Amino acid sequence: MSIGHTLLGLLESGPRHGYDLKRAFDEKFGQDRPLHYGQVYSTMSRLLKHGLVEVDGIEPGGGPERKRYAITDAGITDVERWLATPEKPEPYLQSTLYTKVVLALLTRRDAAEILDTQRSEHLRMMRILTDRKRKGDLADQLICDHALFHLEADLRWLELTAARLDKLAEAVAK
Amino acid sequence: MRLRQWSRDLAMGVGFAFTGRGGWVRAVLTAVGVGLGVALLLLTTALPSALTARDQREQARTDFTFSDTTPPKTDATLLIANVGTTYRDDDIRGRELEPEGAKAPLPPGVAQFPAAGEMVVSPALKDLLTSADGALLRERLPDRIVGTIAEPGLVGSHELAFYRGGEGLASKLDGGRVARIERFGEEIPGTSEPWDPVLLLLILVVFVVLLMPVGVFVAAAVRFGGEGRDRRLAALRLVGSDRHMTRRVAAGEALAGSVLGLVFGTGFFLIGREIAGSAEVFEVSVFPSYLNPSPALAALVALAVPAAAVLVTLFALRGVVIEPLGVVRTAKQRRRRLWWRLLLPLAGLAMLAPMIGQGGDGGDFNQYLVVGGVMLLLIGVTALLPWIVEAVVARLGAGSVSWQLAVRRLQLSSGTAARTVNGIAVAVAGAIALQMLFAGVEDDFTVESDQDVSRIQMQVSVPEGMPLTEAAEEFRRTEGVRRVYAYSEGYLGERRSDPELSTMVTVGDCASLREVAKLPSCRDGDVFAVSGAEYDTDTDTMAKPGRTVYFDPTYEDSPKGAETAWTLPAVKRAKAALDMTGGERGGLLVTPKALPAAALESLTGQVYLRLDESVPDVRDLVRNTAAAVDPFAEPMLWVSSQRSDRYESIRTGLLVGATCVLALIGASLLVSQLEQLRERRKLLSALVAFGTRRRTLSLSVLWQTAIPIVLGLTLASVVGLTLGAVLLKMTATPVSIDWASVLAMTGIGAGVVLLVTLLSLPPLLRLMRPEGLRTE
Amino acid sequence: MTAPYGSLLVAEGLRKTYGPTTALDGAEFSIHPGEVVAVMGPSGSGKSTLLHCLAGIVTPDEGSIRYDGREMATMSDAERSALRRSEFGFVFQFGQLVPELTCVENVALPLRLNGTSRKAAERTALSWMERLEVDGIGKKRPGEVSGGQGQRVAVARALATGPRVLFADEPTGALDSLNGERVMELLTDAARSTNAAVVLVTHEARVAAYSDREIVVRDGKSRDMERVV
Repeated sequence: MSIGHTLLGLLESGPRHGYDLKRAFDEKFGQDRPLHYGQVYSTMSRLLKHGLVEVDGIEPGGGPERKRYAITDAGITDVERWLATPEKPEPYLQSTLYTKVVLALLTRRDAAEILDTQRSEHLRMMRILTDRKRKGDLADQLICDHALFHLEADLRWLELTAARLDKLAEAVAK
Repeated sequence: MRLRQWSRDLAMGVGFAFTGRGGWVRAVLTAVGVGLGVALLLLTTALPSALTARDQREQARTDFTFSDTTPPKTDATLLIANVGTTYRDDDIRGRELEPEGAKAPLPPGVAQFPAAGEMVVSPALKDLLTSADGALLRERLPDRIVGTIAEPGLVGSHELAFYRGGEGLASKLDGGRVARIERFGEEIPGTSEPWDPVLLLLILVVFVVLLMPVGVFVAAAVRFGGEGRDRRLAALRLVGSDRHMTRRVAAGEALAGSVLGLVFGTGFFLIGREIAGSAEVFEVSVFPSYLNPSPALAALVALAVPAAAVLVTLFALRGVVIEPLGVVRTAKQRRRRLWWRLLLPLAGLAMLAPMIGQGGDGGDFNQYLVVGGVMLLLIGVTALLPWIVEAVVARLGAGSVSWQLAVRRLQLSSGTAARTVNGIAVAVAGAIALQMLFAGVEDDFTVESDQDVSRIQMQVSVPEGMPLTEAAEEFRRTEGVRRVYAYSEGYLGERRSDPELSTMVTVGDCASLREVAKLPSCRDGDVFAVSGAEYDTDTDTMAKPGRTVYFDPTYEDSPKGAETAWTLPAVKRAKAALDMTGGERGGLLVTPKALPAAALESLTGQVYLRLDESVPDVRDLVRNTAAAVDPFAEPMLWVSSQRSDRYESIRTGLLVGATCVLALIGASLLVSQLEQLRERRKLLSALVAFGTRRRTLSLSVLWQTAIPIVLGLTLASVVGLTLGAVLLKMTATPVSIDWASVLAMTGIGAGVVLLVTLLSLPPLLRLMRPEGLRTE
Repeated sequence: MTAPYGSLLVAEGLRKTYGPTTALDGAEFSIHPGEVVAVMGPSGSGKSTLLHCLAGIVTPDEGSIRYDGREMATMSDAERSALRRSEFGFVFQFGQLVPELTCVENVALPLRLNGTSRKAAERTALSWMERLEVDGIGKKRPGEVSGGQGQRVAVARALATGPRVLFADEPTGALDSLNGERVMELLTDAARSTNAAVVLVTHEARVAAYSDREIVVRDGKSRDMERVV
């Protein structure tokens, strides 16, 4: 995720202080990973350097969180361009799990066991997300659903693999 | 091009009829249904020819002349005596033959005259005589069996008949039981009695009443599996066939089922024909060869049935719009309207009304109006029933769970429910009307007998010249005979020939005479006169002491009688009393000593018997004794009333027909019931899963059939009673409702439903097993 | 394996064959009051058969099932039916609503089977339908409502008798994910509030995520993942 673009987008609704920006970000997008002030500072100084934001005013005290930032016209154009550019779909071609399964088969370990354990772990995570989704607001629900669908995709792959372990074992043994 | 398209669509339909899951089963079910209908139709078309065939055979073996003169003896004449008898409840046709020369005519089916002490018998009689069952009869017919009567000599495969050789028949020649004939099969002048218009009405109505439910049934049979077909047609629409194409495909399916049904029907008919040949229904049996449907009628059936099947299918599709994504029933939206449904039975009544009262003075009924009116009334049942079911079911409410399930189901599809019951309702309505008509006109066709059956059960006439006391003794010794009354009976005239007055003479000892009248006193040698008895007019005039009267006077155009003269001695007065026959006996009562010896020849012995009916086969024991006393003795069984034979056969036909029709309809009910259940197997399993009792579901199935049936039977009773009343009015018979028969007919209808429900319970219970929930 | 203390429904060593196919081959199961347990596994693994056995719809060839301390194998069919009527609730994927009854009558049906009067049953039914947000369609027939509504009616019906165990066999199988999740939410909320145990057969991970734990059935054998890990 591009933090720079996200912060720029947040500024579009009006100038904000650094700590405001962090809070708004955490609230909307950062439940899992809150931003550090350091990250906000380095991002904002990069944006300043490129002329995408300007400093609107400074409160007494030190640190970037005391500065009030406003978006520039160039900044607005940048956000627009970013939103219009489609994200490149993840190819998901490298998978630790796949590696583990093949290795287990090669070393004649129980691959089904690995898959079952993994499923259990996935489900544990999904339960937590489901629970949060039920208690949270719409934003929570959207975010959790996103995660849940990805986890579900993993699980589907797991089930498919589990169903084809015998064939895979044959292929690997060649 | 168009033709090609059409035939392709039809062929596709034919293909569909036999493919797919359960396709064959459905096709065979339809075919069996249609086939049974076709078989019944073919049988109906064959009946007239069968009856004609029987009549011709009967005519060909007629052996009694109806002329008053006995032909002279030549070498081409045959003496023949009627020695028919009765065994248990079966009549046996029997003749004694004595050829008077080499050219004497042989009866049909007989190759050679049996000599005295020999007989030829029908195959059925041969079986009976050689079986343990016939041991008693064998005593009566001890002659050696030298051959069997071939088919041309019999009117039915199960007819009991024999010809035996006789001797000395000439001496008994009287033009009655013994006759001399020159040939068999003499024209019977004026015997083709014109049918009584009331009887004809009965027969017409019986045919309509039997065929209508068959029609309804055939219509229902071609709709077996209708919902599956609709789904299939929807799938066809999805892949691009238009409305007309789907209709043609549906027609093809119906055509396939009904053509297969024709094949089945022909098979059923042929099988039924063979069975009919080996079976005997109410003492009537036929040879298979009799049952030949007339070609024109058979062709009509072959064309009409498939045509009807296609028409019914298209008619059923009329209210259905088959869209690519499913079936929309437009007909369901619209509420059923009453007016045109009421119009049908009213039109029927209007057709019958003008004929009211015609039967009384023997006027003929317009056959077309009768058939049309009865048909319209009965079709009215099928038209009214769906409306009634819909209207009533919509108002049914609260109740137990099973009731609720049934009522709601009926509310959703009252049409299906009504359709299944239609056949039974029509059959019952018709049967009730007929029963009523029968019960009403029964008096006209039943000869009430005032014979007192509780006192006397049998009577044997001992021919003239037979010592009565010996015969009486024989009967007294017979097992099961409680009491024997023996009299010699005859008539007196006031002149030797062509007397104008006549009176009856009863000869017996004092004890016997006291049984028939109140005697003041009695000694052997007394003569009593009883006047004032029913039908007695001349006794007072004739019973004057010193007057000469004559036994067996000669009448004009008859052989000369014995004309034995008797001068009356003193005559005592006696009062009439009910005798053992249940009537009053008038005339002269004479003790043996008072009778001139020569007069005995002119009297017939009559032996009245009171029997112990608990003795097995007591009647046949008596008949055996009678045969031993004299082969020409005529044992007669006293019954309280006798029905006209023809009336009996119509009633029999109705019973057999109604039974067949109801069985047929019961089968179709069962089939559609099972089909419905199969469609709901998943739901049933789910209901059982959450703990529904089997009893609840079984009860709901029962309600589901019972509600429409009760409505159907109620309507059937109303229409049946109305039709019956109108028919009775037409025959000018007082209208009285025979509740017993209404109850019996509705009872049979209800019984069929109960039976169907019972038969569908095992599959229902099987469907309710949890295996139905398995989807994997 | 010994069942954990306080289990409401415990099955051990279940074996069941349908003709040549073995549906269950030594499966085990246990559930506490108020617990939601997902039964997962590939198609044909025996999930549904396990549910049918646990619910007393099918009797296993071998093994024991104890409900509330009572052995179900020794119960008569009538006793098991009574148990299903009063103690258990059922939600299936389809084919469960009686098409000719209205929705409220469908929900009231199990109550009426238990002998509740029609009025009282329909009152209770309506309150459950309210809870599942389908109280507006009481008078409609199942054929006239959407799949999601129908499934909610089915859940209301399963819960109406206040069951101690709710059996749900792919309850969201015929629904889109939004409707499916809502149904799962309502179902598990309602079950938790009445402390009912839920046996949830599903092959969808996102549905299984509404459970407290899952067991996996494969080739008729069960694995309790909680205890394995």
